[in-house]
Amino acid sequence: MSDIVLDVSDVNKRFGGLQALSNINLQIEAGKTHAVIGPNGAGKSTLLNVCIGRLAPDTGSVIFDGHVLTGKRPHQINQLGVARVFQTPEIFLDLTLVQNVEIAALAKRDGAFHFRPFKSMFKDKELTGEAEHMLEDVGLLRLKDEHTGNLSRGDKRRLELAMCLIQHPRLLLLDEPTAGMSRHDTNRTIDLLKRIKERGMTKVIIEHDMHVVFSLADWITVLAQGAIIAEGTPDQIRGNPKVQEAYLGGAHV
Amino acid sequence: MASITEFNPSTPKKDLLIMAVFTAVVLTAPIWLAPIGASYPDLLQRFAIFGIFAIGFNILFGLTGYLSFGHAAFLGIGSYSAVWMFKLFSMNALLAMAFGIFVAALFALVIGFICLRRSGIYFAILTLAFAQMAYNMAYSVLTPITNGETALTLDVADPRIIDRAILGDAKEALPSPSLFGLELTGFTSFYFCAVMLILAFWVSLKIFRSPFGLKLLAMKSNQNRMQYTGYNTKPYLLVAFVISGMYAGLAGSLMAVTDPLAGAERMQWTASGEVVLMTILGGAGTLFGPLFGAAIIKYFENIFSALNKTQLTEVFGFLPDGMAEALASVSLLFVGEGWHLTLGIMFMLVVIFLPGGLMEGIYRLTARVKRKRESGGAVSGGAVQPSE
Ligand SMILES: Nc1ncnc2c1ncn2[C@@H]1O[C@H](COP(=O)(O)OP(=O)(O)OP(=O)(O)O)[C@@H](O)[C@H]1O
Ligand SMILES: [Mg+2]
Repeated sequence: MSDIVLDVSDVNKRFGGLQALSNINLQIEAGKTHAVIGPNGAGKSTLLNVCIGRLAPDTGSVIFDGHVLTGKRPHQINQLGVARVFQTPEIFLDLTLVQNVEIAALAKRDGAFHFRPFKSMFKDKELTGEAEHMLEDVGLLRLKDEHTGNLSRGDKRRLELAMCLIQHPRLLLLDEPTAGMSRHDTNRTIDLLKRIKERGMTKVIIEHDMHVVFSLADWITVLAQGAIIAEGTPDQIRGNPKVQEAYLGGAHV
Repeated sequence: MASITEFNPSTPKKDLLIMAVFTAVVLTAPIWLAPIGASYPDLLQRFAIFGIFAIGFNILFGLTGYLSFGHAAFLGIGSYSAVWMFKLFSMNALLAMAFGIFVAALFALVIGFICLRRSGIYFAILTLAFAQMAYNMAYSVLTPITNGETALTLDVADPRIIDRAILGDAKEALPSPSLFGLELTGFTSFYFCAVMLILAFWVSLKIFRSPFGLKLLAMKSNQNRMQYTGYNTKPYLLVAFVISGMYAGLAGSLMAVTDPLAGAERMQWTASGEVVLMTILGGAGTLFGPLFGAAIIKYFENIFSALNKTQLTEVFGFLPDGMAEALASVSLLFVGEGWHLTLGIMFMLVVIFLPGGLMEGIYRLTARVKRKRESGGAVSGGAVQPSE
């Protein structure tokens, strides 16, 4: 099938005595929003870490759009068109919001390495315009010249989302993108993510908030203790007794 | 602590003004530094040379956060290369500088490539190890090149191939570095260094305003994010390392231009530490901070270290005899040989109270003044954000 964007096959990952991922197989179709849910410690973030090259799997492979990602370095994976929002926001503190977004845009425009020390940032009106437009999309425009250190956790996450979106990735990996957000902001983010979907971006979203999951997901994979225990459409998952059990047997939520 | 190492948005017009003022200030230094007794060429050019050294160091440390403890090695390499250029080819200062910068860049490329495999304290230790290696080798195996403890000096019998081909073999006396016939001594030599300082500052300003500079700052803030955002961080760091090595090479060759002699003591770890002090004292990551730091340290070194007991007793002469004597002996601890004590105390005070260096102090002051002025007028809505 040619419209599989991400193909994870037989991935295993062990941390000491803990089997964090066991025999994970996942196929993600182009343009779809794929949710991965599961109790705390299920291995969801680990799965994304394997995809973006932060962790190397013990066995198995990850193929994105015909490229084998396993063994590639993080920047190479990003340059292929994979962007990620982290569970704990990873942004550039000490810089302003607009600069954060500009840096992300520059990576897309100029590539992994680009050395033009005599080029002025100031003259790049187009870049700034694009960055501001993106900030407006996530509702942070009024804070554009603030330092990111002062942002709330939810705002940091929205900023990170903006940094990913401005790169127009083919695959967007979202690790709990709405954690720490108010209901209002969560709904805004859902709207934003829905809009991107219309543009055909493929997404993998990890979420504890079922409202978010059921509003966005086309397909849901349920992880528990490193293994996939269920897969299906939102309706199928909602009624699945195994899922209920995993959540009740697991932690809160 | 939100640092003031922010990437200041600036307009080209504002930058032009900065350059104009900077140029004027540097070129008139002999005049306005006269009242504090710092307006003799020897000290002035030291300000300029160490200013260049610190500006370059700041491009690495201030922008990327990588603390090198071995930059004096490039200073020494620049000096040796320049003196060799004088000896073998020509007394032309520009050639010597070009060669000094080039050789320093080569070394920086190799040393940087190796040291940048690690970050933080391990990076610092690696650079220190390299510099110490260079220092010790200059005294041992490399003596044919460095002339060991006697230091590398010019000789009447040096080949100076280019000079002899152009000017003939006439010269009997030891020549001095020149710029197309203009001998670089005294104030001429200072002005030569001053022009180099202005150029060096201009390049640094450009880097600070470029996407490249912004990326370096972002790397200092979160290197992981940089990688997941699609940047290959290693080459960026290496380029910053090489640029700062080239600045050190330039500073080193200017030392040779102002005094055509190169000794290994220039590469000692204390010299590497000194440029770290300069940068932190003035404000790492700021445009002007490292320059201030360099000037202050060099000023103290020259003025304070030269003070002696009789001068101090004179200073306190207005006091009753016994008291003057006592005060003089106490302050003697802080001057002459003891000037390092003054430097140390100053450094500690800055690091504790102004972690962003003297520039943070200036920044805070201007912010306070601005706030005062604003509160006098309209109600201040978007208050000027303080630096902490
Ligand atoms: N780098 C690591 N080294 C060791 N153990 C790890 C590492 N990363 C994750 N783990 C462990 O692997 C298990 C799965 O972690 P993971 O972060 O993938 O869970 P998660 O499903 O994202 O949970 P949460 O919902 O809390 O974010 C946890 O027990 C965790 O402690
Ligand atoms: Mg997680």
